[in-house]
Amino acid sequence: MRAPDNPVLVKGDVLLAVEGVSLGFGGVKALTDVSFDIKKGEIRAIIGPNGAGKTSMLNCINGFYHPTEGRITFKGKTRPRMRPYEAARGGIARTFQNVALFKGMSTLDNIMAGRSLKMKSSFFWQLLRYGPAMNEEVQHRRVVEDIIDFLEIQHIRKIPVGKLPYGLQKRVELGRALAMEPELLLLDEPMAGMNLEEKGDMSRFILDVNQQFGTTIALIEHDMGVVMDLSDRVVVLEYGRKIADGRPDEVKRDQRVIDAYLGVAH
Amino acid sequence: MAESAAPALRKPGLDAKLTRRLVAAGGIIALLVALVAAVQSGAIGRGNVLYDVLVDPFVLMVQAPDLLVQTLWEGFVAGVLYALIALGFVLIFKASGVFNFAQGIMVVFAALSLVGLYEILTVRMGLPSGTVAALLALVGAVGVMFGLAWLVERVVLRPLVNQNEIIMLMATVGLTYFLIGFGEWVFGGNPKVMITQELGLPTGSSQFDILGGRVNVQHLDVAAALIAIVMIAVLGFFFQYTRIGRALRAVADSHKAALSVGISLNQIWVIVWFAAGVVALVTGIMWGARSDVSFALEIIALKALPVLILGGFTSIPGAIVGGLIIGFGEKIAEFYWGPLLGGGIETWFAYVIALAFLLFRPQGLFGEKIIERI
Repeated sequence: MRAPDNPVLVKGDVLLAVEGVSLGFGGVKALTDVSFDIKKGEIRAIIGPNGAGKTSMLNCINGFYHPTEGRITFKGKTRPRMRPYEAARGGIARTFQNVALFKGMSTLDNIMAGRSLKMKSSFFWQLLRYGPAMNEEVQHRRVVEDIIDFLEIQHIRKIPVGKLPYGLQKRVELGRALAMEPELLLLDEPMAGMNLEEKGDMSRFILDVNQQFGTTIALIEHDMGVVMDLSDRVVVLEYGRKIADGRPDEVKRDQRVIDAYLGVAH
Repeated sequence: MAESAAPALRKPGLDAKLTRRLVAAGGIIALLVALVAAVQSGAIGRGNVLYDVLVDPFVLMVQAPDLLVQTLWEGFVAGVLYALIALGFVLIFKASGVFNFAQGIMVVFAALSLVGLYEILTVRMGLPSGTVAALLALVGAVGVMFGLAWLVERVVLRPLVNQNEIIMLMATVGLTYFLIGFGEWVFGGNPKVMITQELGLPTGSSQFDILGGRVNVQHLDVAAALIAIVMIAVLGFFFQYTRIGRALRAVADSHKAALSVGISLNQIWVIVWFAAGVVALVTGIMWGARSDVSFALEIIALKALPVLILGGFTSIPGAIVGGLIIGFGEKIAEFYWGPLLGGGIETWFAYVIALAFLLFRPQGLFGEKIIERI
């Protein structure tokens, strides 16, 4: 539980602003005129019933989709068409709803892959794996080992991640995102398919990341208990529209949110 | 009760497997004994089909070990070169999931660029022919392959990203015909001679007297094998231990995840096609030096197919082992069993080997077994 006087009330700078974003696929409207912002240092939850457009929103933020209307401003800069690797370069990392890992590679290599952008040595030195390339490899390996310790996954360092159970794969995926040292971390259902104990661990990691590294986090989650405990502010989407936005306890009492989740008597 | 029940439950599976193997081994041993007995008693002799197929070749191997060594050496050289061609396919297939039908023509195109640039440098620009001009032409040819990789990414791959595999395959078929036409237009359709000596590659041969006979070794073959081995080692190392190598493997595993950590697919594709282009250039030099540099060389790419079937489309060690198996297999088959069928079985025997393997391991020797949780 977070004390109410945490960043919620302290006005952080706006890290990312979504303004009037709409997204359509042919005739289907996934998002309609959605606006909200994410402030630096907060944990922002995006919730809503299935098909509400939560993942589409995340995909827009990190450049997998391009909004048909509206704009997204990140760190004060608006880019009309952002490619995913540009988003990554700008400091946006993410995890996926149904884990997207490099299944043939070990845990260590997966997390090292998250350092790709931080490594700068030239093609030539890499070919020799000597000089700058070697120093760089060692230096980044140290960061990765810290992340591995932090997530308590030392015992699976060398195992190809395809062989790991689902809960651990989710943790490796979080590790890979952390390796990018992101300013904004997008988590798409980080606790889906987990048991109670794994959910507890994951919640702890998310809070630790937020508090120790000051990383801003936007997460999609279905488990209401988790959302209410973790997040500072919540956006609620339904059928691609925003129906509520505010502190968890406010959102919980909102009649439209209750209707969206429980249905309305006609 | 429970303790004794558990092993009893596990045992039948193991037993059945073991029994099957024992029966198979027993059967083979019984057949061999019967065969030896038949040969000893004179029931099967020279001229009998069974004798010619099952006994005679092995007798020859033991009686003339020098011929066996010669055959094995030729098989080794052929195998290493097949591995090199297969490697070109594997690189591109791994990173982009595209079966590159144009790999064969890239070999020809690379070799033609090299020889063509050498001609331009020496004839039109008046450079003295020799190593300097040859090396300049080599650098130029590498540049051409880079340009090709860049163009392919820009014009073919980028607009077709996320399309069906069959569409990508057709695109590479189209690329093949474009390169044939473009190559003929620029370099002409006549066969050219590879600038083997100018590149500093050895010619000639040595004889070794061993095992009571004489083994003939072409110097070019030695060089080809060495260069191919170094090339394969460098590529393997690069893939395993460097950042770009890791990025390549990452792209091969999941495009989505690779994008999310900031790997640019476009950049990786250029690198992969360039690497495949350099492999094609080396292959072109080696094969071109053994015959001519002409468009007929394109069909050697077909030789890579059985290698890929053996080794799996996604495995570099698979390409190497597959290449060696095909190389050894076809040379030995040609020399010892070929005469029974009137010779020339080398051209199709590779496919027989590949077919036999497919029956037992559909995913190839080292191919990824696809395991999915349901």
